[in-house]
Amino acid sequence: MTDTAPVVIVGGGHNGLVCAAYLARAGRRVIVLEAADQVGGAAVTREFAPGFRVSSGAHLLYALDPVVVRDLKLASHGLGFARSGLCTVSLGAGEPLVLNGTEVLAGEVSAADRAAFGEYVARQRRFGALLARQRGRIPARLGAGFSVVRLFALRANNRTTENPAPMLLDLLRLGRADVRELLRTGTMPIFDLLDDRLANPQLKGALALDGVLGAKLGPRSGQSFFTSLQRAGAYALPRGGMGTVTGALAVAARAAGADIRVSSPVARFAVRGDRVAGVVLESGEEIAASAVVSNADPKTTFLQLLGARHLDAEFARRLLNFRSLGCAAKLHLALDALPDFRGVPADRVGERLIVAPDLAYVESAFNPAKYREFSPAPVLEITIPSLHDPGLAPRGKHVLSAVVQYAPYDLAAGWESGRHALEKATLDVLARYAPAIRERVIAAQLLTPVDLEREFRITGGHWHHGELALDQYMMLRPVPGAARYAAPIGGLFLCGAGSHPGGGVMGSAGRNAARVVLGEVRG
Amino acid sequence: MSIPREHYLQAVFPTPFHARTAAANTLNVWHRWRDYTVADAYFDVALEYTALRNACTVFDLSPMTKHRITGPDALAFMNRLVTRDVAKLKPGRVGYAVWCDDAGQVVDDGTIFHLRDHVYRLCSQERQLDWLLGSALGFDVSIVEETHDVAALALQGPTSCAVLKRLGLAEIETLAPFGMRSYGFEACELLVSRTGFTGDLGYELWIDPEQATRLWDRLFDVGQVVGLKPMGTLALEMSRIEAGFIQAGVDFLPADRAIRAERTRSPFELDLEWLVDFGKGPFTGRRALLEEKARGSRHRLVKLDVEGNKPAKDAFIYDRRRRNVGVVTSAMWSPAAKANIALASVQMPFGAPGDELWAEIYYQKELKWSRFMARCTVVEGAFFNPARRRAQPAADF
Repeated sequence: MTDTAPVVIVGGGHNGLVCAAYLARAGRRVIVLEAADQVGGAAVTREFAPGFRVSSGAHLLYALDPVVVRDLKLASHGLGFARSGLCTVSLGAGEPLVLNGTEVLAGEVSAADRAAFGEYVARQRRFGALLARQRGRIPARLGAGFSVVRLFALRANNRTTENPAPMLLDLLRLGRADVRELLRTGTMPIFDLLDDRLANPQLKGALALDGVLGAKLGPRSGQSFFTSLQRAGAYALPRGGMGTVTGALAVAARAAGADIRVSSPVARFAVRGDRVAGVVLESGEEIAASAVVSNADPKTTFLQLLGARHLDAEFARRLLNFRSLGCAAKLHLALDALPDFRGVPADRVGERLIVAPDLAYVESAFNPAKYREFSPAPVLEITIPSLHDPGLAPRGKHVLSAVVQYAPYDLAAGWESGRHALEKATLDVLARYAPAIRERVIAAQLLTPVDLEREFRITGGHWHHGELALDQYMMLRPVPGAARYAAPIGGLFLCGAGSHPGGGVMGSAGRNAARVVLGEVRG
Repeated sequence: MSIPREHYLQAVFPTPFHARTAAANTLNVWHRWRDYTVADAYFDVALEYTALRNACTVFDLSPMTKHRITGPDALAFMNRLVTRDVAKLKPGRVGYAVWCDDAGQVVDDGTIFHLRDHVYRLCSQERQLDWLLGSALGFDVSIVEETHDVAALALQGPTSCAVLKRLGLAEIETLAPFGMRSYGFEACELLVSRTGFTGDLGYELWIDPEQATRLWDRLFDVGQVVGLKPMGTLALEMSRIEAGFIQAGVDFLPADRAIRAERTRSPFELDLEWLVDFGKGPFTGRRALLEEKARGSRHRLVKLDVEGNKPAKDAFIYDRRRRNVGVVTSAMWSPAAKANIALASVQMPFGAPGDELWAEIYYQKELKWSRFMARCTVVEGAFFNPARRRAQPAADF
């Protein structure tokens, strides 16, 4: 191992590619090793039936780091949007609700609820913006040296600070009323908050969805309001699906000089002394590295690739307890024609369609998940990207992509039999709103968390690598001792969704990690 | 692992030797040690101590927490657990060890018995099963607590070897310190290790609880003529301070019991640097200890020779009679060393060998309390460390 050895990035997901691009731009020699035969990790567009392509994991973009887009010139490297600023159309028994930002565009909603809704969303967005501002910051160090004095010893350059003062200043800038409300509601079940503010059941159901999507939470679970703050952004569909984002990132990384190798699964890290000195591929090839940056999830990184014996016992135990079991499945349908969604005008079918008709529906959908069963009537978030992006399906045909919740990774009955039953349950729910949908289906693909684990090598199949909850957030993500991207062992760094600020296709973790690897910030 | 039976009916159990210890306990004084009742003293603390140092004694060690670690990764597990290099501990050997949390603070100390390849017994002061199981992630090992499955007696003192010879244990005198050997005893296995907590020549005897009283009886049958007596915890406490051995919960706070981080101690701060092997590979606390080594420790454990004859129990320690720099954790008048001795934890940089410190001692005579400042000298090595403890072959006396 010498300083001229390359930085090896394990995993070519969006964060791995972002990190690679930044490191290569800074003059480092970078090798990205991706196990699959294409880069992108779970942010890929794949053909699931002949002629039908879809975003395999996340299907909506809402938090892509604008600094990354700008720094890496992603627009000039191929990133374009088929549609941005999607509305939300909540399907229900009656007329669908159409929500756009703080406005209710359609639906039988009282004037009082419209006003309360606007106020609720505006506040949620202010809180969301507060969290969004933390995404580009390295989490504060709350170690033994932490003190109130240091807290306010704000240095001129925030980028090198280790203290949480910038975050606290952001908090103060919210103003007294909002700070009080954030402290009051930050850990609340979204159910109570919505019930307190709104009367319209369908409106409450639609807002509750944001508090539970991707999480193993129901609306009555603590922290579900906090979860909703992560999604307080505008939804967009990249042209060509999510693979376009990672494709552009790969072009940017290569343009900066990074060497990206696909079909190169890493078996383990090579450890010399108390330092990760390289990686050993499944092929047996060993690549020496000046630093290894892992885009893999924390459990894969530490417990499989490194091995617990190289870690302190308490740290290893904390990793084991990192909550990382996925609870969302993905359904992809190849449709020979656009189905009719009852009550949804033709020009709204391409929006973000959701099935969360009321709070009780969402909570009831969650109940079985607690007992390792899937929802017989799941909650859905649906997009039909081919309406905006005809290239995803043969002419005149369409692709439907749905997040299906709840689908616990550790299904008691096992996913062998569960897969078919959940697919049927999901189509039953879809058929309530699009009665003819079954006749339109040419092919279907259901990706359970177990499939996501296998396809994308994410332990537990959680699309955020681990629950985005307060106890796994910022300086606690993934666990104390590794929250600033540097691992306890020398030469190893994290850059994936298991690190701050977490999942969703953001790229912030990759950028932050690159700054630590480059030594701009102490890890 | 056998769970104590009907624990809801009875919280504290008699040890396997209880029938005999109860009969011998003429003072009828007892206290609780984990799950068991043990004798504080049997007939007279001073005489029990005197028997230990001049003849020999048995001490009922059965409540000592014992774990059995087995499996292909047993050595790797042990080496990741403790700070010393267990690979150097050959089968048939026993080693003292400490283990730390991630912050390099001592969780507990104990002895490792390398019973045979891939099989270790770990005896600890505190209950450690949770810590051990929590440390087992990624290792192919099985860990069971066997406290209730093994009866143990400490046979200590100058004539202890003579007792075992008379018991018929062939060539027991050739057993080296920290060695162990198995013998047949009434058709079962008697494991003898040359170990102890008294700093004297002595052995620990490990046996099936069913055979416990039989062993006790045979020991006293053959031991009477060389002065064998039962000894309780109070006399043991005297002997371990003379030997300079530390005790969890007394001389240091087990790290997993501490609420305030600064109350714990690292191995360096307990004068146990000799137990820390940075060259052996990863172990829990290694990175923190390397950092401490570079940065310097906050405390150190010192042995003090205290002026006068008033035990410096719980005394504050002063630098130049003014500045409070530490506290005595264990203290006594040592009959064997003929000195007023103490173990103390002091802040760095105070307490270097040869340094002069002061102990603030409170004492009373006929309910009249007095206070005085006693000059203390920092000494190196055990207060009491007789050659017979290490002699090979072990002598008879």
